[in-house]
Amino acid sequence: MRRRSLTGWGFAAPFTLLFLVFMALPVLASLVMSLTDLRATDLRNPFAVNFVGLDNFTRLFGDDLFVKASANTLIFVVVGVPLNLVVSLAAASALNSGLIRFRAAFRVGFYLPVVTSIVAIAVIWRFLLDPDAGLVDNLLRLAGIEGPHWLGSTSTALPSLIVMAVWRNFGFLMVVFLAGLQGIPQHLYEAARLDGASRRQQFRNVTLPLLRPTLLFGAVVTSIGFLQLFEEPFVMTQGGPLNSTLSVSYHIYNQFGFGNYGYAAAASYVLFLAIVALSVLQFRLLGERD
Amino acid sequence: MRTQDRIAKISLYTILCAGLLVVVGPFLWMALASFKPEAEIRRVPPTWLPDTWTLENFRQLFTRLDFPQYFANSVLVAVLITAGNLLFCSLLGYALAKLNFPGRRALFLVVLGMLMVPGMVLFVPQFVLVSNLGLANSYAGLVLPFLAGPFGVFLMRQFLSTIPDDLIEAARVDGAGEWRIFFRIVLPLCRPALATLGILTFLSSWNNFLWPLVVATTEDKYTLPVALALYSVGQNRTDFGLLLAGAVVVVLPVLVVFLILQRHFLRGIATTGLK
Repeated sequence: MRRRSLTGWGFAAPFTLLFLVFMALPVLASLVMSLTDLRATDLRNPFAVNFVGLDNFTRLFGDDLFVKASANTLIFVVVGVPLNLVVSLAAASALNSGLIRFRAAFRVGFYLPVVTSIVAIAVIWRFLLDPDAGLVDNLLRLAGIEGPHWLGSTSTALPSLIVMAVWRNFGFLMVVFLAGLQGIPQHLYEAARLDGASRRQQFRNVTLPLLRPTLLFGAVVTSIGFLQLFEEPFVMTQGGPLNSTLSVSYHIYNQFGFGNYGYAAAASYVLFLAIVALSVLQFRLLGERD
Repeated sequence: MRTQDRIAKISLYTILCAGLLVVVGPFLWMALASFKPEAEIRRVPPTWLPDTWTLENFRQLFTRLDFPQYFANSVLVAVLITAGNLLFCSLLGYALAKLNFPGRRALFLVVLGMLMVPGMVLFVPQFVLVSNLGLANSYAGLVLPFLAGPFGVFLMRQFLSTIPDDLIEAARVDGAGEWRIFFRIVLPLCRPALATLGILTFLSSWNNFLWPLVVATTEDKYTLPVALALYSVGQNRTDFGLLLAGAVVVVLPVLVVFLILQRHFLRGIATTGLK
């Protein structure tokens, strides 16, 4: 018995050591930091650091930029997550509808942006959306429409990023949903057809209920990802114009850059709580009811 | 009924092809534009195929800028992280799925819980830690924080649970040691899961951006995404030909890996959602 447990820990040890040092320790350190006024300049002089209790957290909610960043992130999640789910499900259903040839080619094509570096995507899209040289505005001009300054206007910058994020991400859930759809037994559809159910009724009464666990997975995973919005605004708009695309993660990153480590850690824990809360909420709403 | 089916089929194909154009079109355009001279990239109305083909953009990338070095850095970092994850995650996954030891359940829950922790919570302390260890601007600093990924443990444990216990018991009865069983019997059976984990890890390290941006402070440690991002906001920001060629260099290896291994890859992705 003793030997058994020794073997077990022997196998577990390499990962666990790395995990403790580079993951678990930082998570705890973040929590401690969030209760202090630690700044970058204090790293050489740890005794200058004061314990400030929940000060950072109360300051956060009086911080206009943090409030703005939270609002932007919320809009991004509330609009982006459902849009992403709908587009993924639509693409998966289209590819699942029996008559499609070249299914593999479509699947690979739609998946392409998921595996592509955000930096490369930003280079492409910044050019496509460029108001002078960009392809999108040039095409609109050919049709006689003067396109907006997509990334340069406070009213279109965040919507542009939402569309771009869905464009970049929907392929992932499409693959997951397609597998889910293929797992639904065909005889259920046949039975529904015999009962005279229309396509729409079949979708509502057979597909959606059976796909619920997969949809739940999709909603949770997408929400966790979208709540952490950072890379898109970082490479596309630098949070601008006028902070209209500043996200919570971006705000944290900026505070880190200014050297406000304690404050940044507090904000990151608020984000963490938001992620946990939203995941729990989704499990409650979408999970099994029995 | 027949014509209705045909209409449905045609409209479905039209929508799918339009979608494909929207998704793949920008990449195609990028690839073609990287062979155009600067003036042609900006021409109105835009051209699709280059009028004049040129390799000038790539030549600049590899001579004036240090892209060979960034490329080598990206490969080195991604390979090390991938190798580490394959080994460490399968070891722990095996222990969690097949070996009995005290603390097993707690360990699994803690590792799994880490999947919900946002990157920003780890970011600051990881940076402080790596700096204090004297690893800022080093390959070790770029690699170490990513060697123990919780997702890999989850994936490997799920897969290893499906391997029959009898197989392992039989080997034990034959007198094989635990490590021998793992490397000779269990690991070869894990090939599909290892392939999925390997591709996923390689791609995410290749594309990883924020950490190398902060840790790599001198040019000789830049990875490709860092270099491309810095050039695209620096003095080369309006040099679209150069930036697009850079984007091609970043995307191409991933594209090749993905196209060759997509079957493995997409199957693996699909199963993560079905648990």
